[in-house]
Amino acid sequence: MSNPQGTPIAHAPGYIAGDRPQIVTSRFQYADSYTLERYLATDGYAGLRAALGRAPQSVHDEVKNATVLGRGGAGFPAGVKWGLTPQGKFPRYLVVNGDESEPGTYKDRLLMERDPHQLIEGCLIACYAAGLSQCFLYIRGEMALAQERVAVALNEAYAAGYVGKNILGTDFSLDIVLHWGAGAYVVGEETALIESLEGNRGMPRLKPPYFPAAIGLYGQPTIVNNVETLANLPWLLRNGADAYTAIGTPTSPGTRMVAVSGHVNRPGVYEIVNGTTTFRDLFYSDEFCGGIRNGNELKAFVPGGGSAPWFLPDQLDLPFEGRLVGAAGSMLGSGAVMVMDHTTDIPAAALTLTRFYAHESCGKCVPCREGGTWLERILSRIVAGKGTQADLDQLLEVGQSICPGNFPHAASERLGLEAVPFPYKMTTICFVGPSAFAPVHSALTLFRDEFEAKIVKRISIPVIAASAAGGGQ
Amino acid sequence: MTTTEPAGTEADAPPPDPNAVSVTLNGTPITARKGELIIAAAERHGEYIPRFCYHERMKPVGMCRMCLVEVDSGRGPAITPSCMVTVAPDMKIDTQSPTVKRMQEGVLELLLANHPLDCPVCDKGGECPLQDQTLAYGPGESRFVEEKRHYEKPIPISDLVYLDRERCILCDRCTRFADEVAGDALIHFVSRGNNTQVNTFPDEPFSSYFSGNTVQICPVGALTAKPYRFKARPWDLEQAESTCTTCAVGCRVVVQSSRDELVRYLGVDSDPVNWGWLCDRGRFDFEAVNSEARLTGPLVRTADGLASTSWNAALAAAARLITDGKAAAGAANIAVIGGARGSNEDAFAWGRLARDVIGTPNIYPQMGDGLPAAVLGLPRATIDDAASAATIVLLSPDLKEELPVLYLRLRDAAENKRSRIIEFAPKASGMSRYAWKSVVYEPGTQAAVVAATLADPAVAAQLARGPVVVVAGRANLAETSAATVAALREVLAAAPDATVLPAFRRGNAVGALMVGLDASNGGLDTRRALQAAAAGQIECLVLLGADPIADFPDTDLARRALVGARRVIAVDTFLTASTQYADVVLAASAYAEKAGTTTNLEGRVTTLAQKVTPAGTSRPDWMIAAGLAQALGADLGVGSVDELTEAIAASVAAFADVTPAALAASSDGVLAAAPTTVGSLPTDTVAVADRNSYDFRLVVSRTLYDRAVGTANSPSLAHLARSSALHMHPLDLERAGVIAGADVKVSSPKASLVLRVEPDDSVLRGTVWVPFNQPGPNIGELIDCTAAVTDVRVENL
Repeated sequence: MSNPQGTPIAHAPGYIAGDRPQIVTSRFQYADSYTLERYLATDGYAGLRAALGRAPQSVHDEVKNATVLGRGGAGFPAGVKWGLTPQGKFPRYLVVNGDESEPGTYKDRLLMERDPHQLIEGCLIACYAAGLSQCFLYIRGEMALAQERVAVALNEAYAAGYVGKNILGTDFSLDIVLHWGAGAYVVGEETALIESLEGNRGMPRLKPPYFPAAIGLYGQPTIVNNVETLANLPWLLRNGADAYTAIGTPTSPGTRMVAVSGHVNRPGVYEIVNGTTTFRDLFYSDEFCGGIRNGNELKAFVPGGGSAPWFLPDQLDLPFEGRLVGAAGSMLGSGAVMVMDHTTDIPAAALTLTRFYAHESCGKCVPCREGGTWLERILSRIVAGKGTQADLDQLLEVGQSICPGNFPHAASERLGLEAVPFPYKMTTICFVGPSAFAPVHSALTLFRDEFEAKIVKRISIPVIAASAAGGGQ
Repeated sequence: MTTTEPAGTEADAPPPDPNAVSVTLNGTPITARKGELIIAAAERHGEYIPRFCYHERMKPVGMCRMCLVEVDSGRGPAITPSCMVTVAPDMKIDTQSPTVKRMQEGVLELLLANHPLDCPVCDKGGECPLQDQTLAYGPGESRFVEEKRHYEKPIPISDLVYLDRERCILCDRCTRFADEVAGDALIHFVSRGNNTQVNTFPDEPFSSYFSGNTVQICPVGALTAKPYRFKARPWDLEQAESTCTTCAVGCRVVVQSSRDELVRYLGVDSDPVNWGWLCDRGRFDFEAVNSEARLTGPLVRTADGLASTSWNAALAAAARLITDGKAAAGAANIAVIGGARGSNEDAFAWGRLARDVIGTPNIYPQMGDGLPAAVLGLPRATIDDAASAATIVLLSPDLKEELPVLYLRLRDAAENKRSRIIEFAPKASGMSRYAWKSVVYEPGTQAAVVAATLADPAVAAQLARGPVVVVAGRANLAETSAATVAALREVLAAAPDATVLPAFRRGNAVGALMVGLDASNGGLDTRRALQAAAAGQIECLVLLGADPIADFPDTDLARRALVGARRVIAVDTFLTASTQYADVVLAASAYAEKAGTTTNLEGRVTTLAQKVTPAGTSRPDWMIAAGLAQALGADLGVGSVDELTEAIAASVAAFADVTPAALAASSDGVLAAAPTTVGSLPTDTVAVADRNSYDFRLVVSRTLYDRAVGTANSPSLAHLARSSALHMHPLDLERAGVIAGADVKVSSPKASLVLRVEPDDSVLRGTVWVPFNQPGPNIGELIDCTAAVTDVRVENL
């Protein structure tokens, strides 16, 4: 950060640029990337101008044609989502999900810290295209710098007439309201985020309705979009859907940001090409992570955030394409990749993730509230060397109460396992409960031997059968 | 309580019902209703889906996940919370698949993981949905070997309710009830995830008038009621369905006893009345029935005061007093007041005794704190009518304090946007925050205020939007009832088609008036009877479950009347301030000690059950009437309650349909057709002098907890009475020159009292409010029942 203002820097902290298309990270090279001055000097608000020069429906169609996939985790096309709002019901809201909390994910934080105006411009374009009356920007409570940068940028944008009444002299007006979260993972779930925004406990709402598009914030039609999704819009409006879909594959066009952490030489955020870049490229190419640390063996990796089932080196050649990753037994999720080399203590790694989700359960659904903690406690015992053989089956049994049926997992040549594709069934309202089970299930399915090695080699006190004890419970 | 569908609707229904939805339940086609939840449709068709959080009277939350089923809407079976999803055409619902079974076992195992399983010492044990469903749907054995969650147990969350957080399964029923139904969101989830617990806000107890309902709907033993804790085991309970007579709403209840002692009431879900809810006063005042202080036998006055005697001697003594009185001054100088706290049969028998045997028309049930009986002659509304009216006009006492479950019903109507409430009240009430328009008036001015308000074009437009129901009752005991009647006339002038729901006091006030205790044929009502007694014109005054010193607003008149009456006969369950003036006291059986019927404020007649043996030798009022008639040499010709019920049906036109058979057929009771000949609404004008600028106009009204016998003799409730105090708007303190919390002298033309000053912004400026019949100085001393309003002066001591 010692570079003088305006001078390109090798990479912003946490971000590593490369020689690839840059849709959302093009300004990261500048130390003052977050200022309005720099933004305007680098095509800033040109996308908004382009949008305002067209009819809202035509902007909407542009986004739909570009198939901008939601970057929050589910990968639902943004243009389609905007079309789900009922006609003629006002006011309708845009809620920006900046409550990025998935373990391993920190791409939105960089987007908000390094290029807040791009996000604001994206919000404006979205509201214009989808006919939304007001925008609420919800930023995770722990992201102090992001909050500050977005707030400053928003003030600049208001002062410069990009936000507020009669934007750029048109009759399009929009207010953007900032809201800081209070530190709950589950609020990243869109309906819990809406509850939190309304001032209630952050607990997911019941489905149906499956999307808040019909009944959302304050009971009004509401679009909830991820930060990165919206950050794509200025570039898209400047360059058009054709340019956008020219990058990546037809089903996964454009780029996406991927946050890599764990045992690689260069962890960080990369903007990769959707659908074509493979995990092998990401881990081993010098352009990206530059290999596993110390030349170690890759043992396993999490392809899409802490709640995604794990992959083995067998899956290295999969590209960042949601459909293929789903079929292989996991998900791309929020673009967080965690890499584990051969020194990793697998049960301990699973415990770390499961503990997080157990801790972050909101307490609404019984399977998540009770099951998550139960998983964590069994796992803790195993990791502490106090587990029993029965505990291993019990982990899967508790998991069955959260996700009945076959749980997705990767194929393994070593174990002779076929992949079980996504998605899973679940007894909970949201994905926090299954997320607590996913690491346990992957670890236990793919590395059962490591668990068994930790089990006390003694005959444990048998669980007394109900009939023998004279009637259970 | 309609859980069954009329048979044969599917076979013979040529015109397709637009509300019918065809779905498949476990392979069988069924017809559900449009908008019906899967869980409700399945239950109606005999398939019970287990549940903990779902409650049919509250919004679903889908928290417990016990009701998950598999639903195939054309894209394969999907796990679906049946309490959240409504039926859709051609849905295939499977409630018994292996996946469903596995999920039920899973949820139960997880619920029990941290549940303490202290069932042997848990009040809920034996009637516990968690126990029952574990037995029916559970895995049979627990595999949880970790240490369970621990909390301090139990903690009191209010004066009446204890919370055991270890037993709690976090179903959100109590918290939803408090927020959605009662409007007292004083309990809430705190903390998160596995540490989530229900609790109150710090230093803010769950002091809701409806807290007992949370105990009833708790699916485990987490919430227990102080009056019932460790009193009985469910399998030892005997029960009977009855009706609460604490107030005139007439909530259906189940009365439960153990070893011939009342131990608990539970609300019954009566669709037209209480929806399963009860107020805490109604729920817990059974303690008074069990009270040691109950009168257990008749008393007669001797030189040494009231002394126990036999029934024969007491009835003979009472008969002699009546005969002597008649002989001295004629039957017209004998008066009976009271009768609103008993059953229809009690009232009817006493009416026959007074009119046919004694020969006096002077019999009246209201205690000078109601409205003229002519209000019952107006087109009558039911509670359902009120709760579905476009506009509800409140010209009534604070319903939350006096008719709490009616408050719940009307609050629900307002909250769910069915009705708009226009409230006229002498002080802000519990309903004010739900009212579309709440107008607080100075006593005496209400007719003018109502006329002016209803003339407003927006209000007039609202009245024209649809049915209008007026809830009419006496909001202020320190003013004449004519002021309310004048205001009621203004409402009826503005909305001529409006119907009226009478907000009368005491459980059976409406029934007593309808079956004949209406002082017709020139009889004296209570006020005039007391005035006559005070003037020495009453030879024998009968207090039929009446305590005028406590209940009649003008205490001085009540006292002078009891002194001035030559002889006083009291029929009561307890010795009261008034019975000390009695020459004969006849011990009456209390609630749940006698069978019969009662009539609520909408005219709905429901049954009262006898569950326990009457205290001592006490008798039901009707039996006392029959005994007294016999002692007077006459025969009422009744030998049982059913005979009386039949006699009422035969002789009271409005009760023609109210036969024992009809009552037995319907738990919701029978609506007595409203009488059309109770006289017309009085048209006397109210002349109210302007208030002196140094005076305050007095508002006196009741609160839920006071010194009423049922409350004062229920140890759990007695201490909840708030004590007498002078409530004054904070901005008036300075004008009056008084300090909050100080004792001041309050003077009316009649008397002076010393009362503590409490600032209270629900009080209108220029008025003061004093709760009636509270521990402490008796505000009735200041009230003159002949004055239109009461103005008081407030001075420092």
